[in-house]
Amino acid sequence: MEKYVITLCDGTTCIQKKSREIRTALEAEIQKAGIADRVAIHLSGCLGMCAKGPIVIVNPGYSMYGNVTINDVPEIVQEHLIKGRPIARLTIDEDHLYNRFFRVFGDADFFGKQMRITLRNCGIIDPENIDDYLALRGYEALAKVLTDMTPQKVVETVKKSGLRGRGGAGFPTGVKWELTAKEPGPEKYVICNADEGDPGAFMDRSAIEGDPHTVIEGMIIGGFAIGSNKGIIYIRAEYPLAIKRLEKALADARKNGMLGDKILGSDFSFDIEIRLGAGAFVCGEETALIHSIEGARGMPRPRPPFPAQSGLFNKPTLINNVETWANIPVIILDGADWFSSIGTATSKGTKVFALAGKIKNTGLVEVPMGTTLREIVFNVGGGIPNGKKFKAVQTGGPSGGCLPEKYLETQIDYESLAAAGSIMGSGGMIVIDEDSCMVNMARFFLEFTQDESCGRCTPCREGTKRMLEILTRISEGQGQPGDIEKLERLGNMIKKSSLCGLGQSAPNPVLSTIKNFREEYEEHIHQHKCRAGVCTSLLTFEILDSCVGCGACKKVCPSEAISGKRKEKHAIDPQKCIHCGQCFMACKFGAIRKG
Amino acid sequence: MIDIQPEKLGELRQFITQFQGKPYFESNLIAVLHKAQALFGYLPREAMDTIAEAMNIPTAHIWGVATFYHYFNLKPIGKFVISVCLGTACYVKGAQEVLDTLRNELHIKVGETTPDMLFTLQEARCLGACGIAPVIMINDKIYGELNSKKVVDLINQMRKSAAKG
Repeated sequence: MEKYVITLCDGTTCIQKKSREIRTALEAEIQKAGIADRVAIHLSGCLGMCAKGPIVIVNPGYSMYGNVTINDVPEIVQEHLIKGRPIARLTIDEDHLYNRFFRVFGDADFFGKQMRITLRNCGIIDPENIDDYLALRGYEALAKVLTDMTPQKVVETVKKSGLRGRGGAGFPTGVKWELTAKEPGPEKYVICNADEGDPGAFMDRSAIEGDPHTVIEGMIIGGFAIGSNKGIIYIRAEYPLAIKRLEKALADARKNGMLGDKILGSDFSFDIEIRLGAGAFVCGEETALIHSIEGARGMPRPRPPFPAQSGLFNKPTLINNVETWANIPVIILDGADWFSSIGTATSKGTKVFALAGKIKNTGLVEVPMGTTLREIVFNVGGGIPNGKKFKAVQTGGPSGGCLPEKYLETQIDYESLAAAGSIMGSGGMIVIDEDSCMVNMARFFLEFTQDESCGRCTPCREGTKRMLEILTRISEGQGQPGDIEKLERLGNMIKKSSLCGLGQSAPNPVLSTIKNFREEYEEHIHQHKCRAGVCTSLLTFEILDSCVGCGACKKVCPSEAISGKRKEKHAIDPQKCIHCGQCFMACKFGAIRKG
Repeated sequence: MIDIQPEKLGELRQFITQFQGKPYFESNLIAVLHKAQALFGYLPREAMDTIAEAMNIPTAHIWGVATFYHYFNLKPIGKFVISVCLGTACYVKGAQEVLDTLRNELHIKVGETTPDMLFTLQEARCLGACGIAPVIMINDKIYGELNSKKVVDLINQMRKSAAKG
């Protein structure tokens, strides 16, 4: 009889969709069928196919099942595990094989254009089991570095690979390492920035939840290269599962001699501790993050000196983002030449994006640099659901911009995205359809940065507040001629004069929407019209002839603007209407038109 | 008001001793504040004074740190802490409607607690569950794919479970 291995996704989304209940049911059903001796159940981290969760994979045979419910469990056991017949109705459509890792369990359309380097183990290994990681070349890069390489050679390899910081700014990683390595020791620090604060981004969380050891291995190699023996992972307190898995991974690594004194019998000692953030977006900025680890308010300071010279506790400090660290072991094992063969002339390797918003396949994707936005949105992401029209794609979170259709052929790399008016950012990618208002989107992002501005420098503290006031008044129908120009002038000034990256990029969502959707701003200001029907103060409501006179709208109207007899068509008094939209939501017959 | 139990202050002091004598001792302040919030649900003045004494840091400085970070509550919180995710993905999919519904249903503003100490309403910046947007988190549990009706149902369930004790 065939032996089976079942892999269950244990990421946050799948857990919410009852993957753990499915596991319990599977175990019970397998026990009942008396086949427990030939079926093993594994847990894995996020597979990135959150939209089709919970995901169950049965190997061998590479059957990937999506949207599995508890009711499907008996069928999976009876049909697949006992009779050996995969269940077509649950299978996620297959396509050609593409990358070396998803060969392991076949390939669905979603994975077709992807190439997984940093997420190579996510969804394959059990993140809480170090043996799983060891079985897939885990800690081999560390062993190679400690036995065959000098610190200089490691720095050179990273430099040659062309890897650039994945936190957003894209600074060449190898140069950062070289600068820190040059500084005198012995007290130096290695920091992993896992303070993923962009709204709409969950790459780092999933990477750590799915494969914590990769990040740890990268950091140990970094410590060896720059001559440090102390690492710190700074992670958001809002990510309890990621923290738990990191703690377990650190303890296991220590037990196995990968961390601590004299790692793997060499002369090199290194250990890592976890420090929790406390909910401040600005702490993603490296100098603010350092202040936070020091136990102070997380405010940035002017650079230079750069952390490479004077960082944590005024000592030389190497800070890289989670995804950057996760690239390191692969670069060491497969070589700088292999890594730099992937991507474009200036941007090497792959980039992870958290695809969300109005898109069919919400989830994590990793694509080679140079992939176009269109391929990500329409091939990997599956396009826009419900037959709606694509309007824009937002990259880089509150520091980035909104790109309309004409930029869909833009290739993903640091320079091309910047030229198009957005940024790479840490990897949030939000798809926006025709139901979203761009003025409202700009206001949403600015509200966020305004709220998160630490208040240290005037342009960011006061400037974003003034911009937000103007945007608010535009979306409430009080916009004045000249407001757009005022926003542009203020925005450019804030960009030039702010102290840190937060302020320098805060106006981007506003400036990019003005550049690409100027007509929407003009409509709001001059015609008091919101074409997407989002800015409620600009909406007018009208009751159509299909009204049956049920009175539901009249009952909910807070300003008594609706009148009409029962079973007769009602009417709205525009003078009394406060545009709250309650009637629109209350109507069960679609008899109220808003516009 | 919630009573400040002396044994919890003792536990806090005990927690601080593990850092004592280590280099850069004061840098553990944020970890200590996390511990205090775990013990009391918020950061009472008494806890800050205790930390000030044990760590030899002025209360004013601790206050400055505590107010800087969104994660720390300075007022007592309800039995159910509802965090409405206002991350971009949730926002695009209707988080504002969810938040408005909660405000109307609970008759409180963001950051406030109902007089019966049952619910505290908070905004959150991306809970990282964008795949099931819009989401809210009640205490440590995430609820996804919400709309106004589902939210009201949830609140009623919570009320019922609280009434049962």
